Amino acid sequence: MDKVGYIARKEVRHILRDPRSLMIAILIPILMTLLYGYAINLDTKNIKLAVLDFDRTVDSRELVAKFYNSGYFLEPETTPILSDPERILKSGQAHAVLIMPSGFAKAVTNFSQYELGMLIDGADANVAAATASYSRIVMGRFIEDRLPSGFELPGVRISQQVLYNSDLESSHFFVPGLIAVILMMISALLTSVTIAREKETGTMEQLLTSPVSPRQIIIGKVIPYIALALLDAVLILVFAVLHFGVPFAGSVTLLLFFGLIYIVAALSLGILISTLVATQQVAMMMAQLVTVLPSVMLSGYIFEIKNMPAVLRYVSHIVPARYFIRIIRGIMLKGSDMSVLWGEAAFLVVLTVVLLAIASKRFQLKIG
Amino acid sequence: MSIVEVSNLYKTYGPFEAVDNFSFSANKGEILSLVGPDGAGKTSIFRAVCGLIKYDSGQIKIASFDVSRDFEKIKPLLGYMPQTFSLYPDLSVEENLYFYAGLFGLKRQQFDEKKKLLYQFSGLGPFHNRHAGALSGGMKQKLALSCALVHDPEVFVLDEPTTGVDPLSRRQFWDILKNLRAEGSAIIVSTPYIDELELSDRVIFIYRGSKMAEGTPGELVQKFVGQVYQLDLLPTSERMQQLNKIEGITSRRFGASVHIYTRGSHTIEEYHDDLRRIGIDPDLITPVQPELEDTFIQFMGN
Repeated sequence: MDKVGYIARKEVRHILRDPRSLMIAILIPILMTLLYGYAINLDTKNIKLAVLDFDRTVDSRELVAKFYNSGYFLEPETTPILSDPERILKSGQAHAVLIMPSGFAKAVTNFSQYELGMLIDGADANVAAATASYSRIVMGRFIEDRLPSGFELPGVRISQQVLYNSDLESSHFFVPGLIAVILMMISALLTSVTIAREKETGTMEQLLTSPVSPRQIIIGKVIPYIALALLDAVLILVFAVLHFGVPFAGSVTLLLFFGLIYIVAALSLGILISTLVATQQVAMMMAQLVTVLPSVMLSGYIFEIKNMPAVLRYVSHIVPARYFIRIIRGIMLKGSDMSVLWGEAAFLVVLTVVLLAIASKRFQLKIG
Repeated sequence: MSIVEVSNLYKTYGPFEAVDNFSFSANKGEILSLVGPDGAGKTSIFRAVCGLIKYDSGQIKIASFDVSRDFEKIKPLLGYMPQTFSLYPDLSVEENLYFYAGLFGLKRQQFDEKKKLLYQFSGLGPFHNRHAGALSGGMKQKLALSCALVHDPEVFVLDEPTTGVDPLSRRQFWDILKNLRAEGSAIIVSTPYIDELELSDRVIFIYRGSKMAEGTPGELVQKFVGQVYQLDLLPTSERMQQLNKIEGITSRRFGASVHIYTRGSHTIEEYHDDLRRIGIDPDLITPVQPELEDTFIQFMGN
């Protein structure tokens, strides 16, 4: 155990003295959190809406106010020429034009038939879809307010309700997944690089003639990176909850427990990579290819797995992040516990055990 | 008393035979030098002895333990210095020493005592805080040797420890090796410098993975066949070209002069006409005793 300590302390010195790995370990997770939290924003807000109000009543003005106060819609910056609604869209002054023929006030008092018109700029499909659904929501709320309590509109009403992440904030969705990506990156990439460095610089040759076992070398080398990965996880979690207001509905202990299993899977991958390469450069490229990329692209982090081509869907089964992302999102956003997560947990554990077994079999004390 | 026994060692890399039926033994209190051109198989032999590579067949025993089976028992007996600098450049001199001392199980107090001794012979004391990467070539090698020495091994394996080191540091380095020999260690070293062979107790010439000759420096010189003559003219490439065209003799640069070898019992007088033809005055040629380098070149040439 002493020897593991010597190796771990030496590794800490390497980390502290190498600005490159320190930067990868601390700066990149923070940068990525900011990037994924802000820049990759799938929320459609601030849709510019022009209004053609032919009704000009208290009621019509109230509806318009409801649109602008909803948080989704904004008034156009310049007052558009309202005689030609299509030109408003073409010139880009607004994304949509709401047209209210006269008779609105009468219709809402008598509950009679009435049709509102809306022109939507379909150039950006996301914005168009959001505009359509948001305006239905605003309309619905307006009518609900007007109905006497207990009164229901005749006919079928579609009632949409968003559960979990009810604000539909992208950051709530992305930041927990980001922890999965960053844990993978720190654990796999840095471990494979640190072992490759010993090979590349020849220090492995000296190390292997010392009375240490492969297990001691590996454990000693990964301990600092486990600590670093956990530190990163906590950093991002705190950042996510305090800065982006991501809810944390479930158990922290359960999350850290699965986090540790996931880290072991990632470390095993890192060790496995290091047994296949001779230089740090190749280790870094390989780690990107084998761990970081799949964790982003094939894990359901950004793209839904069920929409992928069959081949990629199968490949995604051996991506540890696939399971961990579901676990972390479940725990953070839904407060899930073992009763619903056991499936993912079982897959993650099996995958980890298999990876660890392969990695420890492959790592041997020979240089050629 | 022999402590290292290597018998019938074979090591191939694909179709390339790096070590071809190589046997040798090394004794306690002895410096054994391996010398041969690059790619002769020295590093492969050393790595096999240090348990770093798998070999195809043969047997390596250190202190009667088999390297391929009981390597863990051998490690504490062994001090290895690889050909390339293999310490951590971002750790200081003392941190490198402390790391290896720790791996070999030295306690803090033992280390502090050992450290003083190592600094004394290596002269690294004033640089103990310097990063290993910032040391000069000679100091790097002394640090590497110190790290290999930290656990008082009985067998030292040093792969070209003085290559690229200045002459003064080389001499100091060999003084350290002689001290270790006096303490009863077995030292196996490879070197490209022939003058260092004269300091060895036994020398093995190795070429293409095979042993060409073995013996004390004195014995090896005796193995020279033919006559050696020294030509006191600068070995310009033009002159060497002309000399090499003369059938029956072999010419080599030898420092600032030329050594000419004749075969068997032939003497240089038989070639005076050829020499005059290329403008060389035979009076500038004198017979000399063969040196170890002449013998080495002859073995490598065959």
